[in-house]
Amino acid sequence: MHYDRIVGRVWKFGDDINTDLIIAGKYKLSITNLDELSRHAMEALIPNFAEKVKRGDLIVAGRNFGCGSSREQAPLVLKHLGIGAVIAESFARIFYRNAINIGLPAVECKETNRVSNGDTLEVNLVDGYIKNLTKNEVYSVKPIPPALLEVLASGGLVNYVKKYGRLPW
Amino acid sequence: MGKTIAEKILSLASGKDVYAGDIIVASVDAAMAHDGTALLTIEAFNEMGGRGLWNPSRVALVIDHVAPSATESFSRVHRVMREFARKYGATLYDAGSGICHQLMVESGLVYPGALVVGADSHTCTYGALGAFATGIGSTEMAAVFMSGKLWFKVPETIRIEVNGFLQSMVLPKDVILKIIGMIGADGATYKAVEFCGPTVKAMSMDGRLTLCNMAVEMGAKTGIIEADGKTIEYLSGLGVKEGLSFRSDEDAVFSSKISLDVSGLEPQISCPHKVDNVRSVREVEGKEIDQVFLGSCTNGRLEDLRIAAEILRGKSIKKGVRMIVTPSSRSIYLQALKEGLIEIFMRAGCIVCNPGCGPCAGAHQGILAPGEVCLSTSNRNFKGRMGSVDAEIYLASPATAAASAIEGKITDPRRLLRK
Repeated sequence: MHYDRIVGRVWKFGDDINTDLIIAGKYKLSITNLDELSRHAMEALIPNFAEKVKRGDLIVAGRNFGCGSSREQAPLVLKHLGIGAVIAESFARIFYRNAINIGLPAVECKETNRVSNGDTLEVNLVDGYIKNLTKNEVYSVKPIPPALLEVLASGGLVNYVKKYGRLPW
Repeated sequence: MGKTIAEKILSLASGKDVYAGDIIVASVDAAMAHDGTALLTIEAFNEMGGRGLWNPSRVALVIDHVAPSATESFSRVHRVMREFARKYGATLYDAGSGICHQLMVESGLVYPGALVVGADSHTCTYGALGAFATGIGSTEMAAVFMSGKLWFKVPETIRIEVNGFLQSMVLPKDVILKIIGMIGADGATYKAVEFCGPTVKAMSMDGRLTLCNMAVEMGAKTGIIEADGKTIEYLSGLGVKEGLSFRSDEDAVFSSKISLDVSGLEPQISCPHKVDNVRSVREVEGKEIDQVFLGSCTNGRLEDLRIAAEILRGKSIKKGVRMIVTPSSRSIYLQALKEGLIEIFMRAGCIVCNPGCGPCAGAHQGILAPGEVCLSTSNRNFKGRMGSVDAEIYLASPATAAASAIEGKITDPRRLLRK
């Protein structure tokens, strides 16, 4: 993946999008197949989200995205559906760690309130900005620490270990 | 420069002098994964070429989320866990043993000054023993299994001092709900929350575990309480002699200090669909309910069962309402049997389930239908968490739960005292 240019169409969500809204416990605790599990992603907020979303689309949200459970299935189903990045005003800490560890870009941006559903964004993680191509605006993002960016660029922790033959620490 | 408890424990675990904001690599003292998270951990462990555990005696695998299994897919998950534990020598707590967080506390793997990670967000519970404990993801847990190490950002600490005597029928759960309502669902993100003050000192270990359990509902990395004589006594009762008791220095830097007087506190309730949507029970009294759940890693301990049984003794729950009671561990279940609590629940018309997570995570043993209302002593009321997205979940104390089950509607437990 090229982290200097992730371009996609926006699905906009609000504050406190918790892990049960991303993927409910009743599915996580009965379905272990990722294809099947992903069909239920975000369904409490947008019915049939999994069918509507296109590969490369972006999720943009307000504060505290991914709060609640430590379930790694939450970022996994989003990645599996092809979400290119999750951009939020702030993240719950375990979701943030999990996203990086499985290779899903999680980007902190204080200006997500300026983004609308359906906008097209260009995300540049290397230089640290987001361009709103629909509104012709530029937003700054909180840089991802270099060590984490390396894990992300490898495609997550497992792929990092496969690539370098050791853990990052 | 003075340090907080969190800074002291993370300094010890990293072998460096560290302060809030530092990013460190630290050695963990214990690690845990359960059947909701262990499969991904085991898969990542295998994919990364894991050949052994850094210290098998410090690794626990717990079957508690769907225990015993309700589906064939989870029966397979359980089998993978049993085989992994056997192959690498980890301790396996099989179905029926109890909830991971209660078992970790009872197992002796958690002690003051320890750094503990769990693949579950409510790992923060163990801070009640003066440990630094936090939830992590499945993949990084695989890395911990292999190396015994993980990176951490040393958190800032919010210190919450609690003063005042709690009224009768007002419990530690009411205190933590009040605090979450004040701080908000993300008010403590990436921070440690240290609970202190005479009210906390006066609480039993059961009550302190309830406080720390819900720290993550404010976004906190962990809840923490300075270990004291009560902690040491509790642990020696479990045969645990290890541990270093830390306290925050006078000149430690806190991100904020909050003081709260709970002497006039009323029973609290968290209303749908966010945990920080907290009101007094009195404000929502009369709301009809379909199900009551007494249990979970928040409120399934002896003190919780005792107060509920005291209210239910000689009474029946309202016709048309079901009440599910789930002791948090086998040892708690056995003690409740000895004390006659289980008989009180059964005579009152409750369903007493085996120790485990039960309906809290929406797996089984009490899934909600559309339009149903549940009053639960657990820790999350997210839309769809316990079943239908069109169900409502209210969170309250064991006393409020028992009183409401008798009346068939949300009820302030102090009302029963006056009768």
